[in-house]
Amino acid sequence: MTSDFITLDGVEKVFDVRRRTGFLRRERHQVRAVDGITFQVPRGEMVGYIGPNGAGKSTTIKMLTGILTPSGGRLRVAGIDPARERTRLARHIGVVFGQRTTLWWDLPLIDSYRLMRRMYRIPDARYAENLDRCVELLDLAALLEVPVRQLSLGQRMRGDIAAALLHDPEVLYLDEPTIGLDVVSKAKVRGFLRDLNAGSGTTVLLTTHDLTDIEQLCRRVMVIDHGRLMYDGPLDGLHEVGQSERMLVVDLERELPPLEVESARVVRTEGPRQWLAFPAAASAAPLVAAVAERYPLVDLSVREPDIEAVIAKMYADRGTS
Amino acid sequence: MAELLRDRETAPGARAFDGPAGPLARAREGLRAYGLITAMWIRSTMAYRTSFVLTALANLAATGLDFVAILLMFSQVDRLGGYGLGEIAFLYGAVSTAFGLADLTMGSMERLGRRVRDGTLDTLLVRPVPVLAQVAADRFALRRLGRVTQGLLVLAYALGSTDIDWTPLKVLMIPLMLISGTGIFASVFVLGAAFQFVAQDASEVQNSFTYGGNTLLQYPPTVFAQELVRGVTYVVPIAFVNWLPGLYVLGRPYPLDLPAWVAFTPPAVAFACLALAGLAWRAGLRSYRSTGS
Repeated sequence: MTSDFITLDGVEKVFDVRRRTGFLRRERHQVRAVDGITFQVPRGEMVGYIGPNGAGKSTTIKMLTGILTPSGGRLRVAGIDPARERTRLARHIGVVFGQRTTLWWDLPLIDSYRLMRRMYRIPDARYAENLDRCVELLDLAALLEVPVRQLSLGQRMRGDIAAALLHDPEVLYLDEPTIGLDVVSKAKVRGFLRDLNAGSGTTVLLTTHDLTDIEQLCRRVMVIDHGRLMYDGPLDGLHEVGQSERMLVVDLERELPPLEVESARVVRTEGPRQWLAFPAAASAAPLVAAVAERYPLVDLSVREPDIEAVIAKMYADRGTS
Repeated sequence: MAELLRDRETAPGARAFDGPAGPLARAREGLRAYGLITAMWIRSTMAYRTSFVLTALANLAATGLDFVAILLMFSQVDRLGGYGLGEIAFLYGAVSTAFGLADLTMGSMERLGRRVRDGTLDTLLVRPVPVLAQVAADRFALRRLGRVTQGLLVLAYALGSTDIDWTPLKVLMIPLMLISGTGIFASVFVLGAAFQFVAQDASEVQNSFTYGGNTLLQYPPTVFAQELVRGVTYVVPIAFVNWLPGLYVLGRPYPLDLPAWVAFTPPAVAFACLALAGLAWRAGLRSYRSTGS
């Protein structure tokens, strides 16, 4: 056993899709939802797992939780083969499905927690301690006696996260944990996850469409598309891989034809304001100097590339290659 | 049931700290989880107390009217297929009770297809308790006690109004018949659910065996064509729910010239059906986990 907590080695998942092509005639073809993925996650890391719909994110999570059996490759979570020992693994993991609550709709929130306590056989002292911590950090004290159906989406998500943590899981999988939440709720959820990871060293793997989640939470990010891992590394590194560009926005004294400077190109003009794109890795200083020297400059600002654009570019590049 | 067999997949000794091993322990674990989840549903139901009382009464009235239809029939004729009202009531009460008990405890399994379609089955698969227990306890509806109550009332009426030549064996046959019948119907529910892993809208097929079988068995076998009687005896063995043991109690000839001892086979038939359903469930769950649909 390695020191890595989650290990995937060439993991594949192939689905047989049958399509009706005529009366009683069916065409079979295979879809490789996950096509040979390899990565390791050490204990205590917080990793973002991103990709467009249908890229294979959920399939990977389902294999990691033992819901789906891989078609090939080797997979271990806490030393356990999830597909073979699903129920044993269940005691070691916590799962939050953003769009499917596991709370009891018509009962007060606390009742769902009491069920978890008995279902997972959580010792009384542990349960009390974990519940207290979740109630405090997730701000649930006023909600415990409220029937779940009366909770807002954000409150319910916080409730769901607490439910997934009462049995002290070593790893927490979050599938779209901030989907549909307002700004304040998102901030609360992110703050809690950060504290959880820092405080109790819980390994966290989260999938999301909201790249702000990743920017605020994860030092490491994995990008998956068409069932393959396209990027695995620090968030900053994405820019280099995606060959992203920074933007220099200049306000000139008057309207001018597009500026001509080396190492940058004008991508947009609007009256006296012009947008110049330059490689993210390059320094802005020489460019600013060059512009100021040759043109009547009034004001300027530099915009960092937004990660969304970087990833969109990655997908687009892959699509054409 | 299928979950009981799952242990074979586990390496020996691997479970040291992670819960019980062995089929019996798994069964206990499943029953415990069933109890926990059922209790939650009952409390959920009680959140709408008035609504519960009304639906329970409606359920009792609806099943009650069912028997009234038979009473009305007997206001026109004295015998049906050679059977009197008391004897029909006996068969009716027995099957109604057995079906009611199976429906009460396992009836929710027909919702499995919906859970597969909307993906909520996955939330059950990440719990450390058997999936079968969770699916069976899902949306446990106490109002289904209505049918059990009605069945027991009709059975009590039948026992009071029919001349039965009681022997100790016949007395023993009553609970044996009800328990085995519940097991046979329960196995059909599990089998139907297992089939829904593959064809997610298969609950109607299962309903034709459960609800349809229930209606069929309310009448004596002499009412029906031989082929149908043969079918429910040898193919889908619901004749073992009440016809064979029931006719023994009533001292009536069996359909299809079966020997007398078949009256005592229902427990074995129920056990075989449940084992078969358990295997089917296991295969269904495995297929779901490999296809995800």
